[in-house]
Amino acid sequence: MSNTAVPEIAIPAEVENNVFITNIAKLLDPIYNWSRRNSIWPLGFGLACCAIEMICTASSRYDLARFGMEVFRGSPRQADVMIVSGTVTKKMIPIIVRLYNQITEPRYVVSMGACASGGGPFKEGYNVVDGVDKFIPVDVYIPGCPPTPQALLNGLIALQEKIDQQSIATVPWYRKNDPTAEMVPVPRLGPDLYDVRQIDLIKREAAKAQAEAKVTA
Amino acid sequence: MSEMTLEAPAVGVQEYSATAVIATLKERYPEHVSDDGREGYEGIIVHPDKIVEVARDLQSELGYNYLASLTGVDLIEENKLEVVYHTASIQHGGDPLVLKVQVDRDNPVVPSLVPVWPGADFQEREAYDMYGIHFAGHPDLRRILTWEGFHGYPLRKDWREPFYEEDVKPFGSRWPGGEVFRAEERNPYGKNVQYPPGWVPEGSEHEAETEAYGGITYTREQSSGIKTEKITINMGPQHPSTHGVFRMAITVDGETIVGLKPVMGYLHRNHEKIGERNTFIQNIPYTDRLDYISSMSNNHGYVLAVEKLMGQSVPERAEWIRILMVELTRIVNHLWALGFLLNDLGALQTPMLYYYIERELILDLFEATAGSRMMCNYMRFGGVAYDLPDDVRGQPTMKFLHDIIHDRLPRVIEQGDQLMTGNEIVRSRGIGVGYLSPEDAIAYSTAGPVLRASGVPYDIRKANPYSYYPHLKFDVAVRYNGDIYDRFLIRIDEMQQSLRILQQVLPYLKETEGAPINDGKPQYAIRMPRGGEAYGRVENPKGELGYYITAKRRDANPSRYHVRAPSFINLTALEKMSLGHKVADVVAILGSIDIVLGEVDR
Amino acid sequence: MYGLGILKGMAVTLKHFVNSYVDDIFWSSRGGRYYNDEALAVRQSPQGKGVITVFYPEEKLAVPERFRFVPFLVTDDPAPGERWGHDWCTSCGICAKVCPPQCIWIKRGKQPNGRPKPEPEEFYIDIDICMNCGLCAEFCPFDAIKMDHDYELASYNRTTAHIHDKERLSKPISYWREIAPKKAAAEAAARQFVEEAKAKKKDKKGEGEEREARLAEAMARQLVYKGGLY
Repeated sequence: MSNTAVPEIAIPAEVENNVFITNIAKLLDPIYNWSRRNSIWPLGFGLACCAIEMICTASSRYDLARFGMEVFRGSPRQADVMIVSGTVTKKMIPIIVRLYNQITEPRYVVSMGACASGGGPFKEGYNVVDGVDKFIPVDVYIPGCPPTPQALLNGLIALQEKIDQQSIATVPWYRKNDPTAEMVPVPRLGPDLYDVRQIDLIKREAAKAQAEAKVTA
Repeated sequence: MSEMTLEAPAVGVQEYSATAVIATLKERYPEHVSDDGREGYEGIIVHPDKIVEVARDLQSELGYNYLASLTGVDLIEENKLEVVYHTASIQHGGDPLVLKVQVDRDNPVVPSLVPVWPGADFQEREAYDMYGIHFAGHPDLRRILTWEGFHGYPLRKDWREPFYEEDVKPFGSRWPGGEVFRAEERNPYGKNVQYPPGWVPEGSEHEAETEAYGGITYTREQSSGIKTEKITINMGPQHPSTHGVFRMAITVDGETIVGLKPVMGYLHRNHEKIGERNTFIQNIPYTDRLDYISSMSNNHGYVLAVEKLMGQSVPERAEWIRILMVELTRIVNHLWALGFLLNDLGALQTPMLYYYIERELILDLFEATAGSRMMCNYMRFGGVAYDLPDDVRGQPTMKFLHDIIHDRLPRVIEQGDQLMTGNEIVRSRGIGVGYLSPEDAIAYSTAGPVLRASGVPYDIRKANPYSYYPHLKFDVAVRYNGDIYDRFLIRIDEMQQSLRILQQVLPYLKETEGAPINDGKPQYAIRMPRGGEAYGRVENPKGELGYYITAKRRDANPSRYHVRAPSFINLTALEKMSLGHKVADVVAILGSIDIVLGEVDR
Repeated sequence: MYGLGILKGMAVTLKHFVNSYVDDIFWSSRGGRYYNDEALAVRQSPQGKGVITVFYPEEKLAVPERFRFVPFLVTDDPAPGERWGHDWCTSCGICAKVCPPQCIWIKRGKQPNGRPKPEPEEFYIDIDICMNCGLCAEFCPFDAIKMDHDYELASYNRTTAHIHDKERLSKPISYWREIAPKKAAAEAAARQFVEEAKAKKKDKKGEGEEREARLAEAMARQLVYKGGLY
């Protein structure tokens, strides 16, 4: 039996001959993924203009309920996907990261619209984060400003396809030392937003700037 | 041009002379009041020492009792900062009277006007946040859009953002030698950040926001023997009923609200800083994203302001199309607002979904006409971008319009009225809750439905008419109780008035078919024929939307671009409305103000 | 009376509920109410009743001609055997200058002698910045940049997919004729008009004719500009 994909599932030697389907994961995956992909509950959380299109998608004309996604949860603990719908500002990103940390695994992030993906038209502004993926991992990017409801649905179908590709045997979230379950450190607001993971870099840059200032002086 | 005879009928507003008022002020304060002599500017310059007295006089006896807008301006060449006040007259209507105070840029101190007009509260905080102008005597002068501890005053002309490229667009790096780059690749931190020289993070900074609002305490006399403790609870920015990323720090005694501080800036997208880098035409699509539910009317206010500055006229058909779009936008907005208000009142989803079906129809028209459902980018200086399309969803446009204006929309507004107005839950949660007296409504500078639901019949379409509104017959919707229920009803009234306007506009649209809709000159490189200032104000669905623009002669970019956002200023009255009510009422009160965060934070 | 409001509300909801089935019966003999283009058109018009849902992705709501999503560059239809047609773009830079968020980068082509060539060497649009405003297409004097109607662009990675280069942006004119037939026809008519006016100008070098031709050209521009032809 060559079952390298699921090393955990040990089939005792005495029953091995009685097991018809040796690759359990292959049997379970469609069921597992089918049930997950059709009940993705989004976090009820809108940021800006795109949130309006998100609400339109949830309302009668486009009807998100057809995908089992109509249950917008107020609490991140009950949500599966976070649709980052709109401009992510520096003042807001600590809260977004905290919400992301509170979503239980498996969790997905959809970045809706140009702003959430890469800052959008407001990228040049001083209070805008140039892409939510600078802080939290993003699964699907949907371009557009704003994406129309059909474009959002297209993105959510892409997310479903992504879920279909996952296998219960390889997904990290049922294991110990799951790397994806790690908390993303919450960015802080100093004189400007700073990422806690960048402290060393910021110190280095500050020292470099001071040295340069000395040279010019 | 068609053969119509459009004689301006007598508007129900008397011309109220600002010159007389200015003369009186000059007489009273000969040392401290002078005309603004700069070319293209109007109004008076008041010495900082006397601004409070002047404001009091204006408010109490001279008739200018409404502070429409307050903003800072950076006059870097003269090393001065300026505060510009637009005051309007509720009784007489007409153009606003502009006051200016100029102070030294290095030590900018201006007396606060909050004791005279409480509506100046947030606007002064914004000017402090953006320009560092200290308002002496302001009760709570903190940063409002950025956070405590933010480095610098962003709207000052010499302050540069991290992704700064050039002072004004278009940037030279785009053409002819355009090598594509992502701005973050050029920043050592890989992000849109910059730090003041010498600043080193410790990794243990407290969150400034938590600190600022955790410690809010209110003292209240103990009347009974029971010892109670006041608790500050936080609502938002992620909360289903705050209509976006809005936050409130609410202090409660038991369940009764004794204090409420709105916290905003979670969607501060630097609209004004970007707007001052943009050329005039480039600002139009940005205005769409202010109040993203009613983008057409945002366009309208902006093009009016620039047209005023340019002295440009608009062809007849364009005006009718503009009114058509703006009034449809008002209906879109009110459908949305009512849906959410009812949602907040406990009628979960159902009325909202019914309203959105109709909203979608109007969005179809916007999409067919302007190309996008929400971000219309439709109006241009001196007209509109395109004519009405041939068909919308497979039907001739005029038939489509006729259908929705004469049939669908009246029916759904009637249906909503039937469904919700008499409902006892709506009544019991709405009547008497969130009361705002007419005096307070004026003093707090509220606008739009909030002001009119408190019994103040002030509508800019009538009070300071623009476009072809004087030619149309409609009433200003007024309600007199100033509570949630009246703010609910007034939106239904306004939709009915909008329909009335639309029904009058349709024949004109038919008559002017084929007439020019703009002057046909491409406008990508317009330059201001004259320098000066302009304040364009329109009655947006949420209240008075004003654009204050100043420009130098021959410039392609505004030197100051300020948006007087109705949602932002209406929030000043939120605490006043909420005190003494229960926590559950706050969501309803907020819903009845109808805010959009894109406009609150800009 | 308490409860009356609730009953009234329930009645409205009931009406909607019943309506959603009535239409099913009407369409049952006409090819069904769903997954049927004819029925979809009626369902989405102001005459639509009952369930108005668009069953994306099986049914797609058509977008109007003026719909704008991210821009694309127009080229000639490629000659047989060739992959690309000739660019319409002359790299005049108007789109890059008018773009509000400045998301267009153009590298102007160079002739061997170093003088600028009316053709872009490279052309980039960062669709993470693009605000779909359509000003580039509106002001392009050569009809070389247009707003695409393809909104299905969701991707798993933005570093590679979201900066569109010239290859990704270029689409033949036949594509534009397909997605916006009326608009494309109007633009073609206007271009022809200008050509003819120019030819006339060349024929007779008279002062008055030249002015007339210029006026005619301006008028043709204006026609397209205001959308009067479609």
